[in-house]
Amino acid sequence: MEKIHLHYEVDGDNFMAAGEASCDMKRVLKQLGFDSETIRRASICMYEGEINMVIHADGGTADVYVETSRIEIVLTDSGPGIEDVSQAMQRGFSTATQSIRELGFGAGMGLPNMEQYSDWMDVSSEVGVGTTVTVRIALGETA
Amino acid sequence: MENAVALIKDKCKGCTTCIKQCPTEAIRVRRGMARILKERCIDCGLCIRVCPHHAKKAVYDSFERLKDFKYTVALPAPALYGQFHNLEDVNVILTGLLKLGFDRVYEVSKGAEMISELTRMELSDAPDGTLVVSSACPAAVRLICTRFPKLIGNLARHVAPMEIAAVHAREEAMAETGLRHEEIGVFFITPCPAKVTGIHAPEHLHQPVIDGALSMAEVYKKLLGVMDRENPLPLSQSGIVGVGWASTGGESAALLQDRYLAVDGIENIIAVLEDIEDGKIPRLKFLELNACNQGCVGGCLTVENPYVAKGRIRRLRKFMPVSRNQLNPEALKMEKFLSDKHFESAPVWQLAADRTLAMELYQKISTLTALLPGLDCSSCGTPSCRALAEDVALGFASEEDCIFRVRERMQYMTGTGDADEYLPPPFRKGQDE
Repeated sequence: MEKIHLHYEVDGDNFMAAGEASCDMKRVLKQLGFDSETIRRASICMYEGEINMVIHADGGTADVYVETSRIEIVLTDSGPGIEDVSQAMQRGFSTATQSIRELGFGAGMGLPNMEQYSDWMDVSSEVGVGTTVTVRIALGETA
Repeated sequence: MENAVALIKDKCKGCTTCIKQCPTEAIRVRRGMARILKERCIDCGLCIRVCPHHAKKAVYDSFERLKDFKYTVALPAPALYGQFHNLEDVNVILTGLLKLGFDRVYEVSKGAEMISELTRMELSDAPDGTLVVSSACPAAVRLICTRFPKLIGNLARHVAPMEIAAVHAREEAMAETGLRHEEIGVFFITPCPAKVTGIHAPEHLHQPVIDGALSMAEVYKKLLGVMDRENPLPLSQSGIVGVGWASTGGESAALLQDRYLAVDGIENIIAVLEDIEDGKIPRLKFLELNACNQGCVGGCLTVENPYVAKGRIRRLRKFMPVSRNQLNPEALKMEKFLSDKHFESAPVWQLAADRTLAMELYQKISTLTALLPGLDCSSCGTPSCRALAEDVALGFASEEDCIFRVRERMQYMTGTGDADEYLPPPFRKGQDE
């Protein structure tokens, strides 16, 4: 079975558009009949990833690969990169600016939430080059 | 389940207005006429509102049904109070209902005050982080059951105000008259078609508790002839809290806490439910949902502009006590308030029960969507190019239903001429003159 590939461009200038990729992905996953808990986990990962790219990296791309056994979300940006990945994975740690925090973002929960709601996660980042975050979610039974 | 939205065949022109606006993509045009896909329709009534030919109507019960019962009770929805000019006292309306032939009146706003208090108790007992979603609007409930199954568990488990009002009204009538359950007819005066379906086929009750739904517009007309502003009977038994349920925010305000959202309009509801699913709205305790703009005063069976009706109700409420109904937790028979059936998920958007098959269908849909013009013109009778691709993949439509695909084929078959001769203006490739 060929995997389903969904591709999204995440606009770095538009907070309002953040969440569009998550929304469209959910529509597809519902059509494919995934159970609602799996969909919820995938959409939280996607939304957090989108917001991260908008806040820190001036946007990026999101690619979703759906197979019968798992969902993989790959978020790629060419932003500033993460200096210390293990620090970034800690709950509450954030490098977001004060103005971003005033908007209600930058709570330091993005990556930790993605880890919590996925079954597998990888962050590969190079300072000055960019970051790729990959999460995988194992699939539940058909709803 | 039958829908409460129906087509008036000789008025339908087969245009594409309703199919493009239906928020659940539940309408197709076939053979010059709009067809409702009943498993997708949530009875929101939007198509009734937007049809330029008035070819859609709400289905409701006839006044003739009152004759089937020895004793009848009217359950007016509070939105009714916003329909009349220069009204200072709701008792004028309630007395008018008795003049229309009802033996008794029981305000739905009285039931609403009980449900408000019950919800307050539920919220204060609930563990932190619990979100309760109102189940009072049947169109919103059906939207959740078909599209947001994850949130079904958050739907309030108690009955709606009209239902508890019906149960109490019937008990009172039986006690007073000695008549049997089935000899008493309890009729809701409805602002919308969604409540009609909610009455005859409730999602959360095994047996309906209301005998029929009468159109608010019809009752309004009859009331105009009999209402007398002098000497109304003191019938009203509800206050600011209950009557406030008529418009958006009233149900939430009655909960006396501020971690709520009150949302109206199907598109807005969809946007908020998507956000909740994504975890974007944390710490929310209560979500009020009204399918109609401004809430029940915006129902398509009302007669007055929803903003005007809301303003009138605001004025009426000024002269009312806060609430006239208190629940005594000891005397409260909880089973009467709780629904006896679980809301069920109806995954109408799922392409196939088998995931591999669903994935194959999805691939087909993606491929075909890319081949379609993307104009979303609806000439094929479906709401959008993507919807046509879905219908084709599921076997309900043909690729050749797309007028542009057919034109391309004509060009291919004749093999001559400029492509632009066969293409409509949006697709011509030649230079602008």
